Amino acid sequence: MKKFITAIFTASVIALSVPSVYSADDVVMSNNGGVPSLRGLVEISDVNQSEALKKVPREQHLMDRNYVQQPPMIPHSIRGYQVNLNANKCLSCHSFKNAGAMGATKVSVTHFITREGTTLSDVSPRRYFCLQCHVTQADAKPLVDNTFTPVDSLR
Amino acid sequence: MLKLLKRLWVIMKSPSTASFGFILVIGFLGGIIFWGGFNTGMEATNTEAFCSGCHAPIVKEIRETIHYSNRSGVRAICSDCHVPHNWTDKIVRKVQASKELVAFAMGTIDTDEKFKARRAHLANREWQRMKENNSQECRNCHQFEYMDFSEQGKRSVSQHSTALASGDKTCVDCHKGIAHQLPDMKGIEGW
Repeated sequence: MKKFITAIFTASVIALSVPSVYSADDVVMSNNGGVPSLRGLVEISDVNQSEALKKVPREQHLMDRNYVQQPPMIPHSIRGYQVNLNANKCLSCHSFKNAGAMGATKVSVTHFITREGTTLSDVSPRRYFCLQCHVTQADAKPLVDNTFTPVDSLR
Repeated sequence: MLKLLKRLWVIMKSPSTASFGFILVIGFLGGIIFWGGFNTGMEATNTEAFCSGCHAPIVKEIRETIHYSNRSGVRAICSDCHVPHNWTDKIVRKVQASKELVAFAMGTIDTDEKFKARRAHLANREWQRMKENNSQECRNCHQFEYMDFSEQGKRSVSQHSTALASGDKTCVDCHKGIAHQLPDMKGIEGW
């Protein structure tokens, strides 16, 4: 009996003193396999530091389009502009009604066409939320190198 | 009852035996306390907490706007824009606001739904008020005389140097919903 207890005690001392190779911590620590991704060589389980917020310039020159169907970018700040069920701040300058007086670019008539192909007298509901396609542009560098070049007609 | 009133009248009418200086000092101190109390009471109705008592959802909306969070940390509270700063105008507005106490008692906007339904009406009334006083509350901080057009955006300059400078338009004609969500803007000029 005494021998048996000594054996168990010895076994447990050995078991506790040897560091286990496959502890839960180790599995988590090696989860990126040493491969850097777009967010750098960061463990998958880590929250990596976010970039500083980019400031949208109050005004900038008109930005060229890179491809023919690209929605034109917004060349001015739009902080606080409300586009919702009640109001559309963009259209208070860019609608057909107001564009002339405000010296703004008119929305294209393609925005009056519903998905069934009917042309309405005003902006179609599917084109009402301007910011779904048109966005402001901050001075943000591309995350990866890009060799894309516009077609000849846009160059 | 009539006897009591008569006695009071006699007391009030007869000259006091107290010294003139004493009466002056008492009157002066009493005046300070009364005036201070009156003003403190009125200022208490100018706080955000007081406004939130009825207009809670609308008070919250300012947090997304430039009049709450901005680069320099200057902010406006409800009364900065909705209560005139000039004393006489302030009293007039406060007396008008006693009507709003009736609305509070009747629960005119005490639920979200009731408030939404009445929102356009409330907004229109406020726009009208600011139009009539030439956006005085905007101008308490934003004075046209000190605007530097070279610091403004191209779009701002083209409006401020023409319509605002000539007095054709006043601030609120264009700057609607700058501290709140807008109501339905159908039929509003410029929208």
